[in-house]
Amino acid sequence: MTTIDTTTTTDDGVTPGATPVLQARGLVKTFGRVVGLDGVDIELYRGEVLAIIGDNGAGKSTLIKCLTGAEIPDQGEIVLDGERVHFKRPQDARAAGIETVYQTLAVAPSLDIASNLFLGREVRRKGFLGSVLRMTDRAGMRERARRELRDLGISTLQDVTVPVENLSGGQRQAVAVARAAAFGSKVVVLDEPTAALGVRESGQVLELVRTLRDNGVPVIIISHNMPHVFEIADRIHVQRLGRRAASITPRSHSMTEAVAIMTGAAEA
Amino acid sequence: MSTSTLPARAHDPAAEFLDRRTPLERARGVLHRYPALSPAIVLVLSVVVFGLLNDRFWAPGNLSLITQQVAVVGTLAVAQTLVILTAGIDLSVGSIMVLGSVVMAQAATSIGLPPPVALLLGLLVGLAAGGVNGVLVTRLKLPPFIATLGTLNVFLAITLLYSRGATVRGTDMPAFMTWTGTTFPVFGVRISIGVLLMLAAYLVVAIALSRTAWGKHVYAVGDDKDAARLSGISVNRVLLSVYLSAGAILALAAWLQIGRANAASPNVGVDMNLDSITAVVIGGTSLFGGRGTVWGTLLGALIVGVFRNGLSLAGLDVLYQTLAVGVLVIVAVSLDQWIRKVRK
Repeated sequence: MTTIDTTTTTDDGVTPGATPVLQARGLVKTFGRVVGLDGVDIELYRGEVLAIIGDNGAGKSTLIKCLTGAEIPDQGEIVLDGERVHFKRPQDARAAGIETVYQTLAVAPSLDIASNLFLGREVRRKGFLGSVLRMTDRAGMRERARRELRDLGISTLQDVTVPVENLSGGQRQAVAVARAAAFGSKVVVLDEPTAALGVRESGQVLELVRTLRDNGVPVIIISHNMPHVFEIADRIHVQRLGRRAASITPRSHSMTEAVAIMTGAAEA
Repeated sequence: MSTSTLPARAHDPAAEFLDRRTPLERARGVLHRYPALSPAIVLVLSVVVFGLLNDRFWAPGNLSLITQQVAVVGTLAVAQTLVILTAGIDLSVGSIMVLGSVVMAQAATSIGLPPPVALLLGLLVGLAAGGVNGVLVTRLKLPPFIATLGTLNVFLAITLLYSRGATVRGTDMPAFMTWTGTTFPVFGVRISIGVLLMLAAYLVVAIALSRTAWGKHVYAVGDDKDAARLSGISVNRVLLSVYLSAGAILALAAWLQIGRANAASPNVGVDMNLDSITAVVIGGTSLFGGRGTVWGTLLGALIVGVFRNGLSLAGLDVLYQTLAVGVLVIVAVSLDQWIRKVRK
């Protein structure tokens, strides 16, 4: 199949000369005889929301897993902030500044919002209580959790001591996104963030993604939902048969055209 | 490929401003938020009822008897709570405690080690036994129920082989070994050192669970292992630390048992594993993990103690105590299931 690289054209939403925050070249990943990725290129620029769309089996998930350390690519290179990275585990990617919000959300329902935001990276108290007795700085973490939620414009979550299980689906998603955004991350990856949500809640999550981008954090979002993709994305990476079929924007292509590229009915 | 998959869920914006829940649903919400509340209510009610039924219930001698009866099972239940919070279960708590007490007693008598060294040896035995459970669960990936069902019998057999079935009497041991059984008066009620040590164990574990990152991780692992892993928590390390901590607490229980029984017998206390689970469950800790507190467990242990004591004061046969405890467990778990429905 022919891959048409459109990254040099003017209507692809990319400022010429800008350096990507995250870039991957020629990623190959095979599972036995199944080819998951067949030489994918992708780049993410500062301050943009990049959507990845593609039919089932196109390699969306495998691509994301390679970028977030859940899978190790067979070939190709990943460059983050100008430096080549080799992720062996999700923790490596996270330590390097790539935060992922999984479809399953990865929150602990019985813990409160503040505890969830800091889960796995709790802040200890100063002095003897923290260093020897290893006590956590609960008040400090709660205060910071409140600040992070406020900065993201999540006004519905005022009480950070509420257990996450008492929240609605959209609010839980907001907690998961806030956690991804809260720790000076360079890139936030969202896997199907609106798949399980109602109309109003989806709107809130998309608003949150916008806030995140306006705060300077580039976002990669995977979604099956074309209206959501076209509403939120600055640029769309169309994945097809393990490769990038096109890089388009909501302005350069219509929804129908995007679906046509995705299914192979049309070329970019 | 669908282009529009917005689920059409009806949502009434006004619902947020009107609390339309019935009083029962509201009560359930409160019980859900504070898991130790329902056992607290049950304990207060049962104390009042048994006190009204029999004057002797409030007698200082009787109250001190209840606390001393609760001390050993209460301590086992601390260890059990930790394991159950991770969605596991430890059937071997009783036999680890008995193994520990026999080793401590033998070390202090026939081997002739100084008592503190004998206790330290018992602690090492507890840690080793807990470590075995932890390795079976984390490395061999055995379900905790099966792993500890196996070690229950293994540790029991080791205990009997090692002691040759013989009991070491308290009078043959140095005084420090039975120190946990000595009592002192508090407002006329005689409190044993063992009860204080039990309370200390509760305090330490409660603080560790609520105020340290480790505590949060214990809850997170019990709640959802995969979510914990994706959050960067080493699930196996947390599980192993839980079984090791349980082993250390069981060694303390072994010392309390020597003081309470004034002996170290290989035949007494193995069945306490079920009592410890009963206390945890009545205390509002969920067998599905991630929900509960050690304070609830303390209340649960006290409830069982009060029920057994109150029913026997009322002159009922010991079988009715067993019946009552059984009913309590079923009621407690049913209540827990009902409370957990708040989640959706």
